[in-house]
Amino acid sequence: MSDTAPDQWKDAIYEALRQANVRLVAYVPDAGHARVIERVHAEGDMKGVVLTTEEEGVAFCCGAWLGGERAVLLMQSSGVGNCINMLSLVENCRFPLVALVTMRGEWAEFNQWQEPMGRATQAALELMGVKVMRAERAEDVGPMAAASLESAFRSDQATAVLLAQRLIGRKEWTK
Amino acid sequence: MKNLVADRRDLLIVAGLGSTAYDLFAAGDHPANFYLWGAMGGAAMIGLGLALAQPRRPVLVVTGDGEQLMGLGSFATIGAQRPPNLGLAVIDNERYGETGMQRSHTALGTDLVAVAKACGIAWAREIRGEGELAAFATQVQRMAAASFGLIKVAPENPPRVLPPRDGVHLKNRFRQSLGFDVN
Repeated sequence: MSDTAPDQWKDAIYEALRQANVRLVAYVPDAGHARVIERVHAEGDMKGVVLTTEEEGVAFCCGAWLGGERAVLLMQSSGVGNCINMLSLVENCRFPLVALVTMRGEWAEFNQWQEPMGRATQAALELMGVKVMRAERAEDVGPMAAASLESAFRSDQATAVLLAQRLIGRKEWTK
Repeated sequence: MKNLVADRRDLLIVAGLGSTAYDLFAAGDHPANFYLWGAMGGAAMIGLGLALAQPRRPVLVVTGDGEQLMGLGSFATIGAQRPPNLGLAVIDNERYGETGMQRSHTALGTDLVAVAKACGIAWAREIRGEGELAAFATQVQRMAAASFGLIKVAPENPPRVLPPRDGVHLKNRFRQSLGFDVN
């Protein structure tokens, strides 16, 4: 199993985070986010914080903002379902939120267990008041990440960028 | 609670929903108190984000056994980071106090001190008297290592004093007390 897609849009995410002075990156790992996570741990501009479940990351990002730092949350679409009630913290306190979500269960998906949450991801976020952008093309990823960071940390908006499964590429499975 | 926060100095405090938020407010309101009215299971992680953002200030999370049990994984996440300025206090009455005092898992076998230690939080103690409570408060102020105090209390339901519920107000006054502008 490996991630064969080109790295350009992944580096665009990293650069957008760095340029927006993000200091903390909370994540539940995903193959699509692997390069950003590796760079976060390797390069020292940002601190990576691995989570046991995605809702921890919602609370973590809110706590970081209370303390004056910018934190973002990386996860895959299945993790969005784990965040639902914790997003009431974001809405009630009007905390900024930047969630970068790699999509599963929408294009050439091998594992049908990813399908239900993949179909519900965008609607679930929107039901909880999160503004959703969806990147289908590699060249849109950097600008969408930058726009999400800007509206979150400058305008107290809750935002998510969905990274389409077609963009991420097929997961290679070996028996 | 009053004794735990009496000599708070630079302490930043996050209080989990329910009795711990009421008790913190009753002990004395402060702009660097962040009271939760929801987000159950999130108090410890808010504290971790705050502790990493403010490494020179001691951070204390005070929450109930039920709230912490809902975020049990946060012990592992905190144990992986071990910020020396973070203290986590669970006020343990072994009950879900808001919903009719049903027994919680700490009454049914869960040992949160053992959980904390197993997750890498070496300073983890059960606290039963004023001396032990003072030692925990001192440990948090020293910022020498992440700490966990399981403060055992009797299951009582005293009169309540309710803190503000407006989250934007609580957020803004907290950030302003640290010198950050309101967006």
